[in-house]
Amino acid sequence: MSVNVTMKVNGQSVSATIEASMTLVEFIREHLRLTGTHVGCNTSQCGACTVHINGRAVKSCSLLVAQAQGAEVLTIEGLAAANGDMHPMQAAFKEHHGLQCGFCTPGMVMSACELKGKLVDPTDEQIRASIDGNICRCTGYQNIVTSVKAGLAAMA
Amino acid sequence: MKADGIGASVKRKEDHRFLTGNGQYTDDIILPRQTYAVFVRSPHAHATIISVDATAALAMPGVVAVFSGKDIEDSKIGGLPCGWGITSKDGTPAIEPPHPILCIGKARYVGDHVAVVIAETIEQARKGAEAVEVDYGILPAVVATGTAAASKTSVHDQAPNNVCYTWGHGDEAGVKAAFANAHHISELSLTNQRLAPNAMEPRAANAAYDRSSESYTLYVSNQNPHVERLLMCAFVLGIPEHKMRVVAPDVGGGFGSKIFLYAEETVLVWASKRVNRPIKWTADRTEAFLSDAHGRDHVTKAQLAMDKDGKFLGFRVDTTAAMGAYLSTFSTAVPTILYGTLLAGQYTTPAIYVEVTAVFTNTSPVDAYRGAGRPEATYVVERMVETAARDMKMDPAEIRRRNFIRSFPYATPVGLTYDVGDFDATLDGAIKLADVEGFAARKAASEARGMKRGIGYSSYIEACGLAPSNVAGALGARAGLFESGEVRVHPTGKVEVFTGSHSHGQGHETTFAQVVADKLGIPIDDISISHGDTGKVLFGMGTYGSRSLAVGGSAIVKAVDKVIAKGKKIAAHLLEASDTDIEFVNGEFKVKGTDKSVPFASVSLAAYVPHNYPLDKLEPGLNENAFYDPTNFTYPAGCHICEVEVDPQTGKVEVCSFTAMDDFGNIINPMIVEGQVHGGVAQGLGQAMLEDCIYDPESGQLLTATYMDYAMPRADDFPNFKVGTSVTACTHNPLGVKGCGEAGAIGSPPAFINAVTDAIGVKHIDMPATPERVWRAMQTAVSA
Ligand code: FES
Ligand code: FES
Repeated sequence: MSVNVTMKVNGQSVSATIEASMTLVEFIREHLRLTGTHVGCNTSQCGACTVHINGRAVKSCSLLVAQAQGAEVLTIEGLAAANGDMHPMQAAFKEHHGLQCGFCTPGMVMSACELKGKLVDPTDEQIRASIDGNICRCTGYQNIVTSVKAGLAAMA
Repeated sequence: MKADGIGASVKRKEDHRFLTGNGQYTDDIILPRQTYAVFVRSPHAHATIISVDATAALAMPGVVAVFSGKDIEDSKIGGLPCGWGITSKDGTPAIEPPHPILCIGKARYVGDHVAVVIAETIEQARKGAEAVEVDYGILPAVVATGTAAASKTSVHDQAPNNVCYTWGHGDEAGVKAAFANAHHISELSLTNQRLAPNAMEPRAANAAYDRSSESYTLYVSNQNPHVERLLMCAFVLGIPEHKMRVVAPDVGGGFGSKIFLYAEETVLVWASKRVNRPIKWTADRTEAFLSDAHGRDHVTKAQLAMDKDGKFLGFRVDTTAAMGAYLSTFSTAVPTILYGTLLAGQYTTPAIYVEVTAVFTNTSPVDAYRGAGRPEATYVVERMVETAARDMKMDPAEIRRRNFIRSFPYATPVGLTYDVGDFDATLDGAIKLADVEGFAARKAASEARGMKRGIGYSSYIEACGLAPSNVAGALGARAGLFESGEVRVHPTGKVEVFTGSHSHGQGHETTFAQVVADKLGIPIDDISISHGDTGKVLFGMGTYGSRSLAVGGSAIVKAVDKVIAKGKKIAAHLLEASDTDIEFVNGEFKVKGTDKSVPFASVSLAAYVPHNYPLDKLEPGLNENAFYDPTNFTYPAGCHICEVEVDPQTGKVEVCSFTAMDDFGNIINPMIVEGQVHGGVAQGLGQAMLEDCIYDPESGQLLTATYMDYAMPRADDFPNFKVGTSVTACTHNPLGVKGCGEAGAIGSPPAFINAVTDAIGVKHIDMPATPERVWRAMQTAVSA
């Protein structure tokens, strides 16, 4: 069964006729070819596919495209400025070596950005607890925690 | 120190693309006329394949082709090769059963590749795969490692008792004699459980055949594209190498699991010619759990003989190691060459003997995983040393000090020669950093809260920088282990470096550029590093065994030296001086003792615009390459200290602090090295606390094939780690570096288990020390 969907992705209106069973991450990667959003598990356990929908971080593998009907979707490609200047959270990850292979990174950054407003001057433990839905196999998380802390401070 | 040279924590050049979503991983690539593959995998651990019927699948919309073992058999394609020959102690070679790229006659583990369905879309390929009808005759499965050799069932007819080899190494008689004279013999039985590597990017491949040029291009998530090409072309498909380009683009972590030549990408390459279309396959997570080569899986008994002062006299280790259902590329070497040779650890134990029985089981193949053999060796040694200290009522640091190797070079009784090290320095450094002095007070405070606190040490050593090719060859390697580097200087003095090493998170684009910037005295932004493409890089053995900087970096240094040597000749001509009077300092060629100089970029320009140039003596151009073959392994070593608190009500263990004091030799980028240690420690603690591949002992089903069932370490499982380094420079490579990628995963598991057993007062507990296991161990300890 096909459905029509319309949404805003990174500020641009998109509409498409797609299979109703298509997940949002599949739509983002395969249909829109925004391949910065990754798939690490497809079962909503790793966070690699995290994007924002109406400002909230969600795992895009666990949503059907239709569930994002009319929504504002922000992917990692939409976070930096149009000229490529990085968002403060992205800059913090670079500054504090919060990434290695880069595969978990887009999801991690999207999850981290959402913490703004939720955590005020957070402790390491609070940050660790807040990103426990995102798996990183490379970094051991420590530099991610430092990055998130710095990124949140820079966003304030 | 140059601000962007050796020793500086330069921010990574690769980060912008990863942070903005511009990385290009294999699954991100879509080729014109792309098709998609889905593998039909065996749902049984052991079964005869009675028939494979693709009729219904072929009738499904979008299905382009279906292939099974019959097609492989008909095209006379070789099986996947094993890259390392091991000889049993009776002189017979290891049994190497065929490893077909699609099952022929039998399936031997859950997830074994029975057929492949190729379709226009991934969804159509999935539906097609569901429509393939396979008739299986279920057979009993060999599952447990420890009892495989006694099983009545054989995984392979070639190995009736499931034994691949029985390898003996060291001085058996010497150990016997030492045991006879011992004051005390400590004993320990332990398991080093099976792990799934879990790089966050699942394995993926996209293979294309170009009919016009009769050549193939393979994009694959892989750590060593040239090795992949060599093995696939020369040993399996018979494709000439110049007709095959392998590209390993951005790769989302490897940890060993992407070293190997796998069936999937080989099938894709073969089938891409059959269907004359590009074919893409990406593993889903459960497929990754089933089909990535696993790590570890040892069952071991160890005995350590000591004199009355706790001096080690003799060490005997008996290990059964699982190979899984087939021999993966380096599977045979991991529990032998990379394990038995490390059993001296940091100690002067004069007599050591190890016997390893490698067994086939109806489980996923086992191969190198971060550390590969060395974590298993370290776990045995450091758990044993801890046990010995307790048996002898000695302080665990003291028993280590009493046995440390202190003079170098030191030839161990198990075949390695440590060139350099300072084990006291890392132990003392770790003790200080971990504030061991304050432990008693912290323990008392924990006890006051009804908690138990323990501390555990691990003084590890590893052999890295794999490897001197002749040594490896003598030990059974079927490949060389050198590395190549090419330094291409452009007319304007900008530099492109091509390396056979492969970066899948290690940050080579930065570290290697720092090395070149330092040597050539030019800004790091004038240098780019290319890797991962057999179409660009002249050759390479890839990245594993913490070898990139020690071997790949050395090759680059050699090539840079050649550039400088040629540059001196050009400069001599330009400056009208003799070659021998030219020196190269801070990016300038100078006539010694004068102020006459010419900058690097003027020399490179002269090389490409050779108007004023010694054309009679020198070729134009400034482009050099080098191959570097190490003369010895490198020996990173260090001491890790773990402090834990155990809740006796629940058995839950909290890591209160973890300290790593490592000696990696010289360090190029401290920030990146620290990151490697963090990641390695997290993986090691993941093994010690959480991770376990569990098979149903009867059916051979992998029960932990999703992130719901396999406990991956997450951010809230750890505290911040305390990391420090001390330096003894490697004596035999030009950078004095040893490698840092695996140390964290090697040193940490025994430190953790030593701490937990110290806390709860038991001799041993197997990994992962889950709350349930710890709680049960405490109940036995209480009742005992
Ligand atoms: S891919 Fe969506 S959570 Fe893992
Ligand atoms: S950086 Fe590799 S998984 Fe996080």
